Amino acid sequence: MENGKKSPSSRRREPITDTQLLLTITVCIFIAMYVGAMFIWGGGFKKPQMLFDMLNDNAFLIIISCGLTIVMITGSIDISVGGVTALVAMVSVMILNGNLGLFNGMIGALGLPEESRIFFALLMSLFIGLAFGAVQGFLIAYLQIQPFIITLAGMFFARGMITIISVDPQKAPQELMDILQTRINISWLGSVNKKGVLIPARMEIGVIIALIIVILVFFLLRKRQLGRSFYAVGGNPQSALMLGINVRRTRFYAHLLSGLFSGIAGFVFMMHTGAGNATNATAAEMNAIASSIIGGTLLSGGVGNVAGTFFGVLTLSTIKSVVTTSGLRDPWWQSISTGAMLCLFILLQSLVLMHRRKGGNGK
Amino acid sequence: MKRSGASRFFYNNSQLLIPLIAILLLTVFNLIRDPGFFSVGIAANNNGDPVLQGNLISILNGASELVILSMGMTLVTAAAGGQDISVGALAAIGGSVFVKVLKGGSINGLLVLAAFLACCAAAMVFGALNGSLVSFFGIQPMIATLILFTCGRSIAYWINGGATPTVASPILNAIGSFIPGIPVPTPILIVIAAGILFALLFRFTALGLYIQTVGINQGAARLNGISAKGIKLLSFILLGACCAVAGVIGVSRLGLINHETLLINIEMDAILAVAIGGNNLGGGRFKMIGSVLGAYAIQALTITLYAMKVPSTDVKAYKAVVIIILVIMGSPVVKDAAGRLWKRLFGTRRTGTAGKEAA
Repeated sequence: MENGKKSPSSRRREPITDTQLLLTITVCIFIAMYVGAMFIWGGGFKKPQMLFDMLNDNAFLIIISCGLTIVMITGSIDISVGGVTALVAMVSVMILNGNLGLFNGMIGALGLPEESRIFFALLMSLFIGLAFGAVQGFLIAYLQIQPFIITLAGMFFARGMITIISVDPQKAPQELMDILQTRINISWLGSVNKKGVLIPARMEIGVIIALIIVILVFFLLRKRQLGRSFYAVGGNPQSALMLGINVRRTRFYAHLLSGLFSGIAGFVFMMHTGAGNATNATAAEMNAIASSIIGGTLLSGGVGNVAGTFFGVLTLSTIKSVVTTSGLRDPWWQSISTGAMLCLFILLQSLVLMHRRKGGNGK
Repeated sequence: MKRSGASRFFYNNSQLLIPLIAILLLTVFNLIRDPGFFSVGIAANNNGDPVLQGNLISILNGASELVILSMGMTLVTAAAGGQDISVGALAAIGGSVFVKVLKGGSINGLLVLAAFLACCAAAMVFGALNGSLVSFFGIQPMIATLILFTCGRSIAYWINGGATPTVASPILNAIGSFIPGIPVPTPILIVIAAGILFALLFRFTALGLYIQTVGINQGAARLNGISAKGIKLLSFILLGACCAVAGVIGVSRLGLINHETLLINIEMDAILAVAIGGNNLGGGRFKMIGSVLGAYAIQALTITLYAMKVPSTDVKAYKAVVIIILVIMGSPVVKDAAGRLWKRLFGTRRTGTAGKEAA
């Protein structure tokens, strides 16, 4: 991120420059932490598989964090994402194992193969995500209800619906999971184990979906008009309105995208675990918010970057693996150290921004 | 604040419409469903003392922690323009400290008092930590408290060394359920005491006005000699005290501290209570009674759903539907539209303030 410091004279207070600065901090800290862990504990951290495992486990979190970053840039919040993810995972597992009965008749009547269930599950995931996004977006943007309350209700609704659909945990049939859990082997990043057998690095399809979404959102926020208006609306809705931006529609689209991404995340989550459970993706919304914050997105809107969010997710999971490897095995250390790191990041960002505000504006 | 209490109440009256409508609807619904729903009876409890029983009592009793937390949350919301999402975790920390101190000796009145003070101190220190992040570092409340939300329950776990110890004592029974000889559950009395304390605080100090001023315009407050940072910090410390009280009630009810389940998800309900009470989540003018009514409405809804034999895991979904209906009714756009419709139908627009003040 060399273009973060263009020239000494461009010390003007612009949201994008803040964004780049915060992104740089995040990336630096992440690399420092990962490399530090590599040298101190070596072992697992030296293998590329460690990184891929992190990606595999957190693909769904990356996707919902992307949606949340957009929403946060727009100056809003969406805490229903975890609930929607869990609901979608449950519904798609139940479509796969036929317990929901939703598409069973159609598959039977048309004589479609069992594999077509995957297609219907994906369709349903997207539909549920979009439905949540559209309803919440409408209520927030057009009826001007506080986003926290609406999305909190959305979270309650999604979590409640899971147990209404099925109290028992559900499991997808193995033959379909074999298709969904196809792993991509990258042999040149593999490592040789004690017996001298090369174990290739494995990556799941979900990771590719997550990476594609990160790249798409990156370009959406950078290059497209809609993406730019997210920043404008989040930075100052009044001036955005005067610039001729349809503020309500922009807010609506932000929530619609967040809902859609939650739907995709639910499907990816299901691809990873193959199980539907009421406690799936617990506190995922808070992890996603934390990742976005670590990545330099401000909750007040107008500042943020999806690349930072991506590194935010990685940083969060690096903290967790560092704690587990470092021998602090008591169950409370993981979240205490996550909290401490979060505190560090937040303080650092706040200090940097305060310093810049003071230096740049004379106020 | 030279206005008399009554005129001030009517001045802010429109804000209380939504929680009152919610409570009214729930009351009517329950009375239609089961005319005896709200009947209060007297029965003997395990100790043979006559105590009040009935759905009404269980709503009032069950909402106690939520009401106390929503009081504190109202202050934080008004002053800092954001919400504290760590109240459940803070209550767990407070409860853990309470139990830790109680475990230190044989339980008598003095020790319980010491434990309560220690619990308050711990919760207020963590509240002050949140508050200083918000006021001195200018971090948004939700983000600042996200830290404690992430790790608070683990800290509570750590305090008790990874166990969920139980404590049993008649004194704790008296706090959590009934004082012998008094038929009203003690948590209700604690809520009344807290309400009186806050009422006195607002009556005899200008704290309420200061908090509103800071919430509406921080710069203007500072120019008028009000320490905006100090007020924000104070509101978080007060919320910390509320968390401690809620934690003590929660622990005393069960006689044990379970860091994972004590007041779980209560932060969401507390924020909801503040919002249903018509307070702006962006800070500024607030009305604590609105939050209290909102909290009771939420608990009434929960008890109603339980009475309708809805499984406890499904309650959330129905709750969400009711919440959405309520907030749609309270949304400015819908209010405006309703006002226009009213004008068209009846010729005059309902101007709540003037009409009621005259009456």
